[in-house]
Amino acid sequence: MEKTWNNKAWFLVLPVLVLVAFSAVIPLMTVVNYSVQDTFGNNVFFWAGTEWFEELLASDRFWEAMVRNLIFSFIILAIEVPLGIFIALNMPKKGWGVPVCLVLMALPLLIPWNVVGTIWQVFGRNDIGLLGYYINALGIDYNYVQDPIDAWVTVIIMDVWHWTSLVVLLCYAGLVSIPDAFYQAAKIDGASRWAVFRYIQLPKMQRVLLIAVLLRFMDSFMIYTEPFVVTGGGPGNSTTFLSIDLVKTALGQFDLGPAAAMSLVYFLIILLLSWVFYTVMTNYDAER
Amino acid sequence: MARIEVNHIRHSYLPNPQKDSDFALKEVHHTFEDGGAYALLGPSGCGKTTLLNIISGLLHPSHGQLLFNGHDVTRLSTQERNIAQVFQFPVIYDTMTVYDNLAFPLRNRRVPETDVDRKVRETLDMIDLASLAKKKARGLTADQKQKISLGRGLVRSDVNAILFDEPLTVIDPHMKWVLRSQLKQLHRRFGYTMVYVTHDQTEALTFADRVVVMYDGEIVQIGTPAELFERPRHTFVGYFIGSPGMNVLPVALEGKTAKLGAQRIELPGVPKADKGAVELGIRPEYVRLGREGMAVQVSKVEDVGRHKVVRANLEGKEIAAVIGEDDEVPAEAKVRFDPAGINIYADSWRVEMGA
Repeated sequence: MEKTWNNKAWFLVLPVLVLVAFSAVIPLMTVVNYSVQDTFGNNVFFWAGTEWFEELLASDRFWEAMVRNLIFSFIILAIEVPLGIFIALNMPKKGWGVPVCLVLMALPLLIPWNVVGTIWQVFGRNDIGLLGYYINALGIDYNYVQDPIDAWVTVIIMDVWHWTSLVVLLCYAGLVSIPDAFYQAAKIDGASRWAVFRYIQLPKMQRVLLIAVLLRFMDSFMIYTEPFVVTGGGPGNSTTFLSIDLVKTALGQFDLGPAAAMSLVYFLIILLLSWVFYTVMTNYDAER
Repeated sequence: MARIEVNHIRHSYLPNPQKDSDFALKEVHHTFEDGGAYALLGPSGCGKTTLLNIISGLLHPSHGQLLFNGHDVTRLSTQERNIAQVFQFPVIYDTMTVYDNLAFPLRNRRVPETDVDRKVRETLDMIDLASLAKKKARGLTADQKQKISLGRGLVRSDVNAILFDEPLTVIDPHMKWVLRSQLKQLHRRFGYTMVYVTHDQTEALTFADRVVVMYDGEIVQIGTPAELFERPRHTFVGYFIGSPGMNVLPVALEGKTAKLGAQRIELPGVPKADKGAVELGIRPEYVRLGREGMAVQVSKVEDVGRHKVVRANLEGKEIAAVIGEDDEVPAEAKVRFDPAGINIYADSWRVEMGA
């Protein structure tokens, strides 16, 4: 059959192009527009060039928020990944315990983010909060409103509580896909518990773990709602992560130009990291 | 190596088995002699894998005892029993090299590294994977992976027995034959006690000295390949072994004669069957097609290469006959049963024939 060569196929992709244009490209271009101009409202704009970008990259405030955010991401990954694996390994593989565990694990994931924040905000208060009150009653000085360390601990525990389940569920999915024959063979081969984990379970979980790390890293790097509700970025700036800082700049100070520049830099960082993860994952697949 | 006694073992996967049908293994009582090569043959779901897993300790039987060389091992774990087992589908340790895969069972048992190296190299030569020793196991093809699984089963020389659970399912037909003869050679050389589970009769008959035929959770016959072929103890063995299976025809007995509809068939002796449904079993190889005997309507002739299989209708019953590749089917075909191949069954179990 003769192949038809024309451009009619473009009509078929047109709807999605329009959709993407309205949902992503046009808003992004607006941000680009703001990032290179200065405005005092009333739709009056002055050309600013790369001024906002230079200012941003030279500002301590931005780099401090970035470092804080990286430390935060690193800590929650270091806790949630091993903890998630540990819980997944100990979840029942069959019987009535399976649905019970799965539902319990899924619960934190079903709670809206600002509600999670509110729960912990109340939970940690030392006047009426169950946690805060009793920790202080035990003689430990805990006050997340005033002490930066306490604020960090609270935010991290909250994130662990909220998101470890995701790692657990992903790992669990990886674990249940391992055929029984592998465990049987390991018994025949006299493998220790550690060897079973190291040579059977971990390799089988590798793929889902990579996805878990990617998701948790991106999410924690963009974290906003929960710490904002609990600490509002304080005390001082101690829990001001990148997106909290961004919102402060854009909506608190109404510095639209610098905020737009910051958004773009933020966007590029996320894009870069996603690309790195994507490359690692596809290479890993190709190797298989 | 060990002598394995399976002592009145019953097993059910249900928590509270009541009826006989609740049992995956109804009752198995058998001794696998030290150094024997056995095949467990039977259709899917007949309990052969269950029996194998009970021997290796992956399952603990609901009732009965298991003895290795006279010692009760029923409650011992797989590790303590020192058994090698190869599974139906390849089990390999993805992240290790081929060499490390084979070394794994030895290293887990803290065998000195010099011995590990010697044993692994021997095994690699045996399974013909020496050239791939340094490769990561996950990149290999299915039959190479299965060879690794086989190798892990063979690498330990001090095991009590080597169990194979349909190990050649994923292997290409020509490789199957090669591997099977290698296993057979190994058996002759080292005298391992080997139990080989399969549902493929060719595999069972070529591998084993003695074939254990299982059906519906029970052992129906244990014998040499020839015994299973000539004197099936149960009609199931007749159907299951041989291609095509044995012809089984309902008959009425009258002394030394069996009546099949209007036909009368002379028997080599008087069957000792006084009750139950009586059937006559004859293998297609003993059905002689020619111009004399009982009239049949030939329905189909299948040429299977070395011989032809003739499907025909005798007194309303389907029967099969095997004739030579160059033999012709006569126009008005008739069949005779060679008395040497006639077996009589009462309620599916074979009965002896007196003089």
